[in-house]
Amino acid sequence: MNLRSLRRRITSHVMSFLCVLAVLVALVPLGFILFFVVSQGIGSINLDFFTQMPKPVGEAGGGMANAIMGTLIVCGLGALFAIPIGIMSGIYVAQAAGSQRANTVRFAADILNGIPSIVIGVFVYAVAVSPFKQFTALAGGIALGIMMIPLIARTTEEMVRMVPGTMLEGALALGATRSRAMVTVVLPSALPGIVTGVVLALARIAGETAPLLFTASNSRYWSTNLAQPISTLPTQVFAYATGPYDDWHRQAWAGALVLICLVLFCSIMARLATRRLERMQTGQ
Amino acid sequence: MSRRRISAGDFLFQSGISSFALVLVFVVAAIGIVLCYQSLPTIREFGFNFWRTQTWDPVLGEFGALPFIWGTLYSSLLALLIATPISIGVAIFISELCPQQLKHYLVFLTELLAAVPSIVYGMWGIFVLVPAVRTMEGWTPEWLRSFPLFSGPRVGVSMLSAALILAVMVIPFTSSVAREVLKAVPLAQRETAYALGATRWEVTKIVLHYARVGIVGSIMLGLGRAFGETMAVIMVIGNTPQLSLSLFAPQYTMAGVIANEFVEAANDLHISALIEIGFVLFIVTFVINAGSRLLIWGMTHQRKQAVAVVKESVEPAA
Amino acid sequence: MKIKDMRWLQVTLAVALALILVTVAVAKVSINGGGATFPYPIYSKWFSEYNKLHPDVEINYVSQGSGFGIQQIQKQTVFFGATDGPMTPDQLLGAPGKVLHFPTVLGADVPVYNIPGVTAELKFTGPLLADIFLGKITKWNDPAIAKANAGVTLPNTDITVAHRSDGSGTTYIWVDYLAKVSLEWKKKVGVGTSVMWPVGLGGRGNEGVSSLVKQTPGAIGYVELIYALQNKIAYGSVQNANGEFVTASVNSVTACAAEAAAKMPADFRVSITNASGKGVYPISSFTWILLYENPKDKAMAKTFVDFMNWMLVDGQKFASGLGYAPLPPQVVTMEKEALKKVKLQ
Repeated sequence: MNLRSLRRRITSHVMSFLCVLAVLVALVPLGFILFFVVSQGIGSINLDFFTQMPKPVGEAGGGMANAIMGTLIVCGLGALFAIPIGIMSGIYVAQAAGSQRANTVRFAADILNGIPSIVIGVFVYAVAVSPFKQFTALAGGIALGIMMIPLIARTTEEMVRMVPGTMLEGALALGATRSRAMVTVVLPSALPGIVTGVVLALARIAGETAPLLFTASNSRYWSTNLAQPISTLPTQVFAYATGPYDDWHRQAWAGALVLICLVLFCSIMARLATRRLERMQTGQ
Repeated sequence: MSRRRISAGDFLFQSGISSFALVLVFVVAAIGIVLCYQSLPTIREFGFNFWRTQTWDPVLGEFGALPFIWGTLYSSLLALLIATPISIGVAIFISELCPQQLKHYLVFLTELLAAVPSIVYGMWGIFVLVPAVRTMEGWTPEWLRSFPLFSGPRVGVSMLSAALILAVMVIPFTSSVAREVLKAVPLAQRETAYALGATRWEVTKIVLHYARVGIVGSIMLGLGRAFGETMAVIMVIGNTPQLSLSLFAPQYTMAGVIANEFVEAANDLHISALIEIGFVLFIVTFVINAGSRLLIWGMTHQRKQAVAVVKESVEPAA
Repeated sequence: MKIKDMRWLQVTLAVALALILVTVAVAKVSINGGGATFPYPIYSKWFSEYNKLHPDVEINYVSQGSGFGIQQIQKQTVFFGATDGPMTPDQLLGAPGKVLHFPTVLGADVPVYNIPGVTAELKFTGPLLADIFLGKITKWNDPAIAKANAGVTLPNTDITVAHRSDGSGTTYIWVDYLAKVSLEWKKKVGVGTSVMWPVGLGGRGNEGVSSLVKQTPGAIGYVELIYALQNKIAYGSVQNANGEFVTASVNSVTACAAEAAAKMPADFRVSITNASGKGVYPISSFTWILLYENPKDKAMAKTFVDFMNWMLVDGQKFASGLGYAPLPPQVVTMEKEALKKVKLQ
């Protein structure tokens, strides 16, 4: 009996150890990547990088100013497109929870989330680029927007759900119509969480390359024209990383560092915001 | 009670949100329909042979997509093989074994792993992983090299590099969903087991068994993710359409060929062939996602409802 | 977090929105083109220099291979295409209007290699290159290679062939040459911007192949001369039809061009590989810009033709600095005439 319980205890400890090992193995690549990106990229992060255009092929120097601007524009377009659809869908599902329609919408959002970004790029090419025979920043924005919709919808649904039912009931008891109650009481309560969700979605798609390959294409010039191809940080990093020039590689690492910093910043902000929200919720 | 009057404001609000929600559904349907429609030329030309032939020759107009299915399947399954035990281990650790203070940080770190853009993984892949794999491949002893799994010249850009990078990208995904699934297992299950004198591991086994359907769902989701991954893979897999068992051989995935060849597909049949590959990717990820969501949702939802019922009866609403 | 705390967020969003909504319609002519990676370095230099002279003209070029250039000009998603493999009759038929070819410079495909321990310039005969790319020769110390390179110690390393994975004019030039020097290549693989490579790894663009060769010990590939020079990759000399082993350079390519100028057809579509003559580099080629004879956007057409005329005179001065050979004077004259065919009204 003693031997058996000893064996059981040892097995338990061994398995716990393996789980710890699993965590370490999972985190090692993260550390590795962060280390490389920072060490290779930090040297090239200078004012030039943020303010200069790319130089002609083969010449050293230049920067990614146009790519950074392009990323801001295309992500902004995506947000413009995705925020209304995402938030409304989220509210719809939260409100009509359990109904067949709500389940369909949530199901569609999950499916949309799982569609590979390259497939979305092909779709947007077929509907927004090919008929107009033009690569455009707008098409890129639409592609990114489509990817953001399910992310925003899901966070909105969760946040609206989290608002205590008592708040809605209180408003209704005071004579507000359902929609009034939603808009003036429930939504403002959920808004911080929703904004966090939007920020996270933005961070997620800011680094996407595949959907932009055949929609916004690329450009070596400064452009804010929505009806023309536009440079974006991920596509520029891709072009430089797969090129042979060492100077390009250097700049690609810098671009990767900028992307990672963006993601890190947004993730930390979102995490802090969520923690605050959770504390507020449990405090009630 | 008199008939409820729906105010104009309510009506507008309801129709407003439901029409936007409809747009979401419409977009998903549109993607499927447009892709299907654009693949018709290839479907008419090749039928099912498209998926059985090996030759991919855009110049001669011969399109056989078998190498790409092989590449996608092989790389994803390999990645899953590596990632699943690690992901489950991470999920178990965070949900069962981890001290409370550490939990937030670990969850944050796994989220960070998921948030790293694919292109950054790809860059790390080209400049760090591939040379390392090339060196590693150089260490394989001669007797091992005779096996088909390890045959061929060692260039670094290969199935092995792709599988490794995919595994790293899938881990945060699978582990976070698995963690959610484990969280949904009612506390009562664990407490009763502990009360009966089970060790930590034995309790975990019970929890895993209880959540097995959801765990399978989370693994499937990871598979779906691996199937669709594009950028990181094309930077390390070598992009050569060939069916090879060897881990060292450069191969090609479905997402990869679309990314590489789409903008310069020289004729309509070529474009249609690439779109058909995209369409199949859509269908496959659709099925995998639908299946896994149903599994996970079914599991968490039922238990949650059951738990809610039990809780209500035990602790009357305050 | 209260709503009023998010004022800064509202302001940021408003500013972002404003930025987005301001689509700059400054009187800028933005011309989009794309195609060959072969001449990308010189084109990129030209567009940049021309932009300095005419700041309102931005010519945007996407370097994604000749296949891309041909396809996009057929679909009219770009104003001009660029290719080093002239469009086939089928491809010309596939365009909704007549497409004209305008040569811009001449360049050379060079065999680049990365052999650990070997710094000497290797000599390659045509059939030798064909056999390597056919996969018949698999090791660097193969007797056939040693025969052409007496005195060089070659290691027992595997040969890894690197080729283009995308539709490429650089490929076209290379396989056009191989088909001329090897009957087996002609029968087995053939000529085109994209072929069924018997062996090897694919890279995207000249950039991709350069990267591959640079990073893979034992690799051999083919790239445009400037890519080998700018990335400091070793490249070998090739035997021309006269039996001479010639290294690619501005001079040897110019020699090839001088030969070709006399036989230039009216539509400029000509192959000059495997030419004979003293000091002629055998894997040279023109590279072309593709333009519709009757473009839809007349304003763009006028601007672009102005650019082309600048290119034919002032632009050519930049060619040799980047390893390309300038167009022979006869071709320049012919082309100036041909440019007048582009309908500007």
